[in-house]
Amino acid sequence: MSLTALLVDGLTVRFGSFRALDDLSLAIDYGEVRAIIGPNGAGKTTLLDVISGITRPKQGRVLFDGATDLTGLSEAAIARAGLRRKFQKPSVFEGLSVRQHIVIGADVGFRARLDAPALEDRVSEVLETVGLVDQSSRLAGELSHGQKQWLEIGMVLASDPKVLMLDEPVAGLTDEETERTAALVRALKRPDRAIVVVEHDMDFVERIADRVTVLHEGRTLFEGSMDKVRADAAVVEVYLGR
Amino acid sequence: MSRIGPTSPIALLIGLIVLVAAVMAGLSGTELALSRYLANAIGQLAAFAVLAISLDLIWGYLGILSLGHGLFFALGGYFIAMYLLKHSFETTGTVPDFLQFMGWKDFPFYWAGFEFFPYALIAAVVATTLIAGVFGYVSFRSRVGGVYFAIITQALVYVAMLLMFRNDTGFGGNNGMTGFTVLLGWPMGTSGMITALAVASLLVLALVLAGCRWLVGSRFGALMLATRDDETRLRTMGYETVRLKLIVWCLSAVIAMLAGMLYVPQVGIINPRVLSPELSLEIAVWVAIGGRGHLVGAVVGALLVNAVKFWLSFAAPDIWPFILSGLIVLVVLVFPNGLMDLAKFKLVRPMGAKRIAADIGEARP
Ligand SMILES: Nc1ncnc2c1ncn2[C@@H]1O[C@H](COP(=O)(O)OP(=O)(O)O)[C@@H](O)[C@H]1O
Ligand SMILES: [Mg+2]
Repeated sequence: MSLTALLVDGLTVRFGSFRALDDLSLAIDYGEVRAIIGPNGAGKTTLLDVISGITRPKQGRVLFDGATDLTGLSEAAIARAGLRRKFQKPSVFEGLSVRQHIVIGADVGFRARLDAPALEDRVSEVLETVGLVDQSSRLAGELSHGQKQWLEIGMVLASDPKVLMLDEPVAGLTDEETERTAALVRALKRPDRAIVVVEHDMDFVERIADRVTVLHEGRTLFEGSMDKVRADAAVVEVYLGR
Repeated sequence: MSRIGPTSPIALLIGLIVLVAAVMAGLSGTELALSRYLANAIGQLAAFAVLAISLDLIWGYLGILSLGHGLFFALGGYFIAMYLLKHSFETTGTVPDFLQFMGWKDFPFYWAGFEFFPYALIAAVVATTLIAGVFGYVSFRSRVGGVYFAIITQALVYVAMLLMFRNDTGFGGNNGMTGFTVLLGWPMGTSGMITALAVASLLVLALVLAGCRWLVGSRFGALMLATRDDETRLRTMGYETVRLKLIVWCLSAVIAMLAGMLYVPQVGIINPRVLSPELSLEIAVWVAIGGRGHLVGAVVGALLVNAVKFWLSFAAPDIWPFILSGLIVLVVLVFPNGLMDLAKFKLVRPMGAKRIAADIGEARP
C-alpha cells in the first residue's frame, strides 16, 4: 500500500487568457520516482511552480500528506514542510562556497540549530552523495554546468526532503554526467520520499522513473509505465514522434 | 564563515583608523597638534565613511540599491541638532534662530526631553528604525526591488526634503538649525572639541567597520549574499528573506543615522539640503567607485571622492557635477567593481558588469 504524498486537484493556472495548466489532477505517492514529460510549454515547470508556492493557481489545490493545502502557503513555509525543488535553470549562489550551500540547505534558520559535529557529518554525507567533496571550498560561480546541477541537487537534498522535485536535472550534461545523475536519483529513492523529475531525455526517464505522466497543453495526456508511454498513439503523436 | 587575518585589508584599515585617532588625541593641545581645519576635515570624512559603509551593507551584500540614504543621515543630523539647540538653550539661554524667526515663545511640545543626550539618541534610533521598518516592510512584502526600489527611495528622500523646507514644522524649515554652542556641557568650536568630535567619529568608524565585518562573515552574512544572488532560490529553501532584508535594511538605516549625528556637530548646521537627491546619489557613487561588497572599498571611495570634491570646490567649483557624472559613467561601463578592478589589474570583468546591470536594471515581479 502506498501513501499519497501530493494530490494535485483540479489545478488551473492562467497567464492572461492562456491556460498553462487546465484543470489538472494527479497523485504522486511516497516511495515512487515520477517522471513528468511533455513538449515544451506543456506546463511542467508551471506545475512545480505551483507546488513550491511561486505561482498561485486560479483554481484547484495541492494537498500535501493528505492534509495541508499548499496553495495558501508561502514558498518558505512549503520548503520547511519538507518539499524542495531544483530549478530548470541551475540556481546556485555565485558568491558562496559549495560547502556553504550545503550548510544553509541542511540547517534552516538565521541562526544555526544543529550542533557543529552533527552539521559537519550531514554536510560531508551530502557532499559525498553528490560527488563534490573535492570542490567544497570553491565558489559556486566557478563550477562547471554539471557541477552546478549537482550542487543544486545537494542543497535541496541536504534538508532530507519528503518531496524532492527536479526540473530538467540532466539538461546540458554529458552522457557520462547523465549516467551519474541517473544513479544518484535512483539512490535517493526511499519509501518515505516522493521524487518528481521533469525531463526530456527519454533514456534517462526510462532509467529512473517508476511511473510517467505525460503533460500536454496543461492537461494529463497519459499516465503509466514508460513502456506503455512509448506504445501510446496519442503520446507518439504529440511528443515522441516529433 | 570566512576568517579575518591580521594582515587582511580590513584589519589594516581598522588599525590605521585607530592609530590616527590615537595620534590626534595624543597630540591635542600640544604644538604638534593638527590644525583645526585638518582635524575637522578628518572628522567629517570619517562621518561620510560611516555613511558609505551603511549603503555598502545593503547594496554590496544584499543587492538592494538605495538612492535615499540621505534620509537616514538627515534624521541623525536633525535629532542631534535638536539636542544641541535645546541643550545650548538650557545651559546658556541662547534662543534658537528659528524660534525667533517664527515668533514662537517656546519650543514645540515634541522638543520635550531633547536636552538630554541619551533621550535624543534613543529617540533617533527608535524613529529611524520605525521609518525604515515601515517603508522596508511595505516594499519588501510586495516584492519591490531593483530599479523600482531605488526610484522609490529617491522619491522618499525628496518628499522629506519638501516637508523639511516648510517653516512651520518646528525643525527650522528653510534655514535649518544652527548656532550650536554647547555639547555635553562643553563649549563648541574650541580646538579640543573639534579634535574630540573627529576622534569620536574615527572610533565609531572603526567600530562600525569591525561590526559589519563580523556580520558579513557570519552565517547571517552568507544568507545575505545568498539573498543577493538568488532570493527566490533561498526562499524555496525555507528562509524568510523578507525578514532578513528588513533586519539589514533597518541596521543600515541606523548606521547612516549615526553618521548624521557625527557629521552635524562638526559642520555646525543642518538644513533640508542634506535631503536633496544629489547627496543620496553621491553616496552610491562613493560606494561604486570604491567597489561594492568589500566594506574597505566603501571607505576608500568615500575618502577619495570627497577629497576630490573638496579640492575642486576651491579650484573649479562649477565642474563638479560633470566630474561626478563622468565618474558614474566610468564605473558603470569600465570598472563595474570600482577600484577593486584596478587592484586586481583586471580592467574589464564581464561577470561584474552583469551584476551591476542586474542590480540597477532588473526587478523581479
Ligand atoms: N510567468 C509567465 N507568464 C506568462 N506565460 C508564462 C509564464 N510562465 C510560463 N508561461 C507559459 O506557460 C506555458 C507553460 O510553461 P512551462 O510550465 O514553463 O512549460 P514547460 O512544460 O516547458 O516547463 C508556456 O507556454 C509558457 O510560455
Ligand atoms: Mg520547463
